[in-house]
This record gives sequence, structure tokens and C-alpha cells, in this order.
Amino acid sequence: MTSVLFMMWLRQLKRYWRSKPRMIGSLGQPLLFLLALGFGFGPIFEKAGGGSYIQFIAPGIIAMSILFSAMFSGIEVIWDRQFGFLKETLVAPVPRWKIMLGRVLGGASVACMQGLIVFAVCLLIGFRPTDLAGIPLSFVFMFLIAMFFTALGTAIASLLEDMQAFPLIMNFLVMPVFFLSGALFPIEGLSGIIKTVTLLDPLSYGVDGLRASLTGISHIGLVADFLVMLVLTLVTLAVGARIFSRIQI
Amino acid sequence: MNLSPIIEVKDLVRKFNSFVAVDSVSFEVNRGEIFAFLGPNGAGKTTTIKMLTTLLDPTSGIIRVNGFDSSEKDEIRSSFGIVFQDPSLDDELTAYENMEFHGALYGVEKAELVPKIDSLLVLVDLHARRNDLVKTFSGGMKRRLEIARALIHAPQILFLDEPTIGLDPQTRNHMWNYVKNLNQSRGMTVFFTTHYMEEAERVSGRVAVIDRGKIITVGTPQEIRESTSSGSLEEAFLKLTGHSIREEEASAAEGMRMQRRMWGR
Repeated sequence: MTSVLFMMWLRQLKRYWRSKPRMIGSLGQPLLFLLALGFGFGPIFEKAGGGSYIQFIAPGIIAMSILFSAMFSGIEVIWDRQFGFLKETLVAPVPRWKIMLGRVLGGASVACMQGLIVFAVCLLIGFRPTDLAGIPLSFVFMFLIAMFFTALGTAIASLLEDMQAFPLIMNFLVMPVFFLSGALFPIEGLSGIIKTVTLLDPLSYGVDGLRASLTGISHIGLVADFLVMLVLTLVTLAVGARIFSRIQI
Repeated sequence: MNLSPIIEVKDLVRKFNSFVAVDSVSFEVNRGEIFAFLGPNGAGKTTTIKMLTTLLDPTSGIIRVNGFDSSEKDEIRSSFGIVFQDPSLDDELTAYENMEFHGALYGVEKAELVPKIDSLLVLVDLHARRNDLVKTFSGGMKRRLEIARALIHAPQILFLDEPTIGLDPQTRNHMWNYVKNLNQSRGMTVFFTTHYMEEAERVSGRVAVIDRGKIITVGTPQEIRESTSSGSLEEAFLKLTGHSIREEEASAAEGMRMQRRMWGR
């Protein structure tokens, strides 16, 4: 029965691998942010005493690429519904939560790969992890960010049947989640409301954990980051699996 | 040999808001029979198939498939294979990968799966194209692949929802010969819908005619011809369901479906 999870996962990886434009296209936005902000705001950030800005935002941009890829991978549910393949998986004698989990694992793996490519680009333009031992830990955080947001995207897509609505709703969610996450600015210096909002944003914990493991700088604390991401991921998976199980065609 | 009907449907109702797509339908399909479900557009054929195959919950009524109650979804799901009205293949995978995927979903052992896929692909004449992406296939090839795929797990019931739409007569013939052969050699029950009356007349043991969500008649093609004193099943069908074109009913049903789609239910 594990083979069902594996097949769902493999299918998504194959689809990703066969779609080179998708692979390249989804790098555009993170690169733009990295270059425009990194080199544009960098000098100001440094003058204000924040240290190297590239060093600061690289984990944020890696998280961003994972966020985007993960959330939008939910569209594959709608895609499969449109092109009929969803029915093939729904009539199979397999518990639906397995189908959902397989999909999420696949989508999250693709998102992680996307994150690794951005990571490599960051290294090319001068990002340096301070502690090599932190790199495996950063992979854990990449995976958690990917799992959480893929599960969320898949759950939302399971509720929708409308291809056009999905990207609109996603943009509406993804942008605030990204901008209010501390990916681009330190949470520490924030005042009142904005700080509260930032701490309500799940991505803040992912970014903080990623940054802590790669550069040693954390505003929230590694353990808290990990626990929050883990619990959120498990809850979203459970709720998402329920929603997915209820799909009728 | 179990003699009880393999499909039992009693007072089955499915509503979409106020629209009644299936209106207290009852019928039985016997083990090993080829059963045709006929009706004009929007008559409720596909909705019925969806309920029989666990894709849609009935509003009310009783369904038993292969002895299992409609709540025993996994048991029902392993009992049948289905070819849907619209394609349900993954275009981005190859023919072989689609088959392999299906085998994994239905828990077919790997050692058994590979030769099975090969022989089924030979049978539907797609073996030479097994490593090509499905998106390069024509409509007829996709259909053939879907039929082959539905047979991987050796189901006891095969559902075919308008299986021959868009197929040329050669392929259609080929497909029916194969399905009939399986029906005879393995006792596989076949439940299919079609618009081609001559096809229903030629292959099916019994026929049900459904219109506006209600079953009008059930019987062998000969019984139906005789009871309506018609020369052909087509003539009988038109006598039973009328000559008017069902665009309006179809679009009303479609409208309801759209509404459901929009609200996700």
C-alpha cells in the first residue's frame, strides 16, 4: 500500500521533470526579488547596521520559492479534475487520505527542489551559510514549509472546482503570507500590530527556522520554529485529507 | 456460483438542488450479463453510473454492488473497472506509466503486473506506442488505452460510459469483440451506456431505457421491440422517448452541474 504513496509522488516528480518551462519559469520571481532587493536595498540595510542584506534575505527568498511552488501545486487537483484523471484516483480502492498524502508529498518534493535551486543561486551570488552543520537542518525546514503550504494549497483546491478562481485566491493568500513573514525584514525591530500580524503568519516560523539554521540568526527560536511548523503541517494535512476525501464528481 | 444480482438498485434518487436527475430508479443486473443503459441526453445515465461507482452519493435509495452496501466503498471499488465518458488518463505520462499507476492503485503484484500490462497493450494494439506520452495519442487510442487499463485488476464488473463515442467502426467492432470475449470467458458483468441502438441490440442481453430520470422499460432487446411493435431497437427507443431533441433537458442538467461546480458541492 505504500506503493500508492510512492506512485502518487513519482507521478508528480515525473510531470515536473518533463515540464522544463515550468521549472525555469517558477525561478523568475524569486530571482527577481533576490536581485532587485538584494542589490537595491542592500546598501541601505547595511548602512543601517543590519549587516549583509543578501545574507539576511537569502533564506527568505528560498522560503518564498518554496511557498509559491507549494501553494500553486494545489492547482494540480483542479487540473486533474478538469482533465479527468482525478476520477481514476477517486474510484480506486485506496483510502483517499493516502491519495491526498501522496499528492502532498509529491508537490512538496517539487517545491523543495525549487528551493534547492534557489539556494544554489544564492550561493552563486555570495550567500554564505555560517555553519555547514546547519545545512541538513535547513533542509528539514524547507521540507516543513513545503509540506505545510502544499497541504494548504491542496485543501483549498479540493474545495474549488473553478480553474480561474484558484490562482486569484492563491495570489490573495500568498502575497500577504510572504510580505508579512519576516522574509524581507527583521521581526525584531517591528512595533505592536505589525509584529503581532507577523507572528500569526505561519511562514514567519519557517523563515526564522531556515535563517537560524543557515546563518545562526533567529528572532523566535529554533525549537519554537520547528514545533509550530510541525504542528501546523500535521493539522493541515489532517484537515486537508478530510476535505479531499469528501470530493464528489 | 452466486446467483444473486451483482447490481441491485432500489428507489434510487439523486437531486441537484431542486433538479431531480435520477427519480426513484430500480433495476437489477445479473451476474455475467451484458446490460445496456439507454437514454437521451440528460436522462440520468451518467449520474446513475457515478452513484453505482461510488463517485457520487445518492440523495436516497439503496445500491448494492457485488453484494456490498453503498457504504462499503472500498469493497465496491475493488469490484469494478470503469471507462468514463470523458478521458481520465494522465496526458503527461506514457501509456505504460498510466497502466503501471493503475496497477499500483489496485494493489496488483509487480511480478504479475508487467506481463499483464504487456498483454493488454498488445490486445488493444498499443504495444508499439507504450513508451509514448498519452498526449500524443488520438482520441481512439486514448479510449483503447482506457479500456485496457480498466481490465488490469481483472474486475468482476466493467462499467462503460459511452465507450464507443468517437471510435471508428473498426475499433468499435474490435472493442466489443474483446469485451464480449471477456464476458464469456471470465463471466465478467458489463454495464454500459450508449447512444448507438444497433450496438445495444447486438451485444447486450438486457436493456433498460431511462428518460427524464425514470426507467421506462427493462427487457431483452427482442422483448422491447415486441412490446412496442417496432422493427428495431432504435424505432422502439424513439417510440418510448419521443422524437424531440433533448437540448433543453440536457442544458438544464448541465446548468445544475455548473452551479454545483461553482459552489464546490
